[in-house]
Amino acid sequence: MDEKQLEAGFQAKVDAEQKIEPKDWMPADYRKNLVRQISQHAHSEIVGMLPEGNWITRAPNLRRKTVLLAKVQDEAGHGLYLYSAAESLGAARADLNDQLLTGKAKYSSIFNYPTLTWADIGAVGWLVDGAAIMNQVMLCRTSYGPYARAMVRICKEESFHQRQGYEIMCVLAKGTPEQREMAQDALDRWWWPSLMMFGPSDANSPHSAQSMKWKIKRQSNDELRQTFIDRTVPQADFLGLRIPDDKLKWNEATKHYDWGEIDWTEFNEILKGNGPCNKERLEARNKAHDEGRWVREAALAHAAKQAKKQAA
Amino acid sequence: MSNEKNETDFPLWEVFIQSKRGLDHKHVGSLHAADARMAIENARDVYTRRGEGNSIWVVLAEHLHASRPEDQGAFFDPADDKVYRHPTFYVMPEGVKHI
Repeated sequence: MDEKQLEAGFQAKVDAEQKIEPKDWMPADYRKNLVRQISQHAHSEIVGMLPEGNWITRAPNLRRKTVLLAKVQDEAGHGLYLYSAAESLGAARADLNDQLLTGKAKYSSIFNYPTLTWADIGAVGWLVDGAAIMNQVMLCRTSYGPYARAMVRICKEESFHQRQGYEIMCVLAKGTPEQREMAQDALDRWWWPSLMMFGPSDANSPHSAQSMKWKIKRQSNDELRQTFIDRTVPQADFLGLRIPDDKLKWNEATKHYDWGEIDWTEFNEILKGNGPCNKERLEARNKAHDEGRWVREAALAHAAKQAKKQAA
Repeated sequence: MSNEKNETDFPLWEVFIQSKRGLDHKHVGSLHAADARMAIENARDVYTRRGEGNSIWVVLAEHLHASRPEDQGAFFDPADDKVYRHPTFYVMPEGVKHI
């Protein structure tokens, strides 16, 4: 079979909602696109541990601390499910890791913002995980089998993340005036970056059309963003907090919220590496990697020694 | 080594989890570990954080062999034309029960 026939067969399978599995023939660009997307997603989970890890030692009580620890541990797990899916496409883990550490690979721009107060942990769980869930629920139906299966696993665990965040916001919003102010301040800072998580608007999204055709993506960036806004605004209302958007208004005709404009300059600057924490995040990852080297070497030496002992 | 950090991976292990006594072990994903013991412990931490596991198998990915999807048609063909392997192939007389 020539390339054209193979490609037609592949697209027919995708169109018939059959999953593509690791050993199936796939267009080189489908593979490349997936490795890029899945590894970026994995890196985001791993870097995402940093802003939250920042508050583990300062959580306000033991319950919050154990919960936050479990959540950050989940993020590590999510990163590993995703690396595993990327590796089923032939990518080597050491190379993916290398791309993250050298700054060649991207990760979600949201994790380049700092977590300044405890309320940020509430806002991150509520908004950042909330936005991630929208995207991840869609990806449970993505055309590549291992990616879809990793997403199902992740989605099962993710809803605890969002709920623990909203619970933190509830307590603060009903607390002292200072606590309310903290909650509002966190919402003010995290709202727009959370909306940016869905990526450029459809008109400016370079990979979108092809990804939709291959059913890697099932819904457009703008569609997901609107659904997120529609679901989140009533949750903010319940908290008695104000979403920092003067143009936000329910539209009875469209049955959606109308809303303002994203500052794409800010988004692009962060993508270029000029966000408030880009440098800090990469340094933290590199430090962890370098300081863990002796552990990896020792583990390999131990494994070799045990294998030799067993052979003798 | 192609990467800048000049690192090699720990070997890759495929992980199978039995969620409950009496059920099959099911493939859940893979991970890197220096040896089998580390693979099993990591598999516990990665894949069974919410009591999903009763038993874990790990096998070096390089030891796992698979059928080839491009041969799928011809490879599974012998089973396609043997309807007599299914109970519905047989005609049972009216009124006979428990068969």
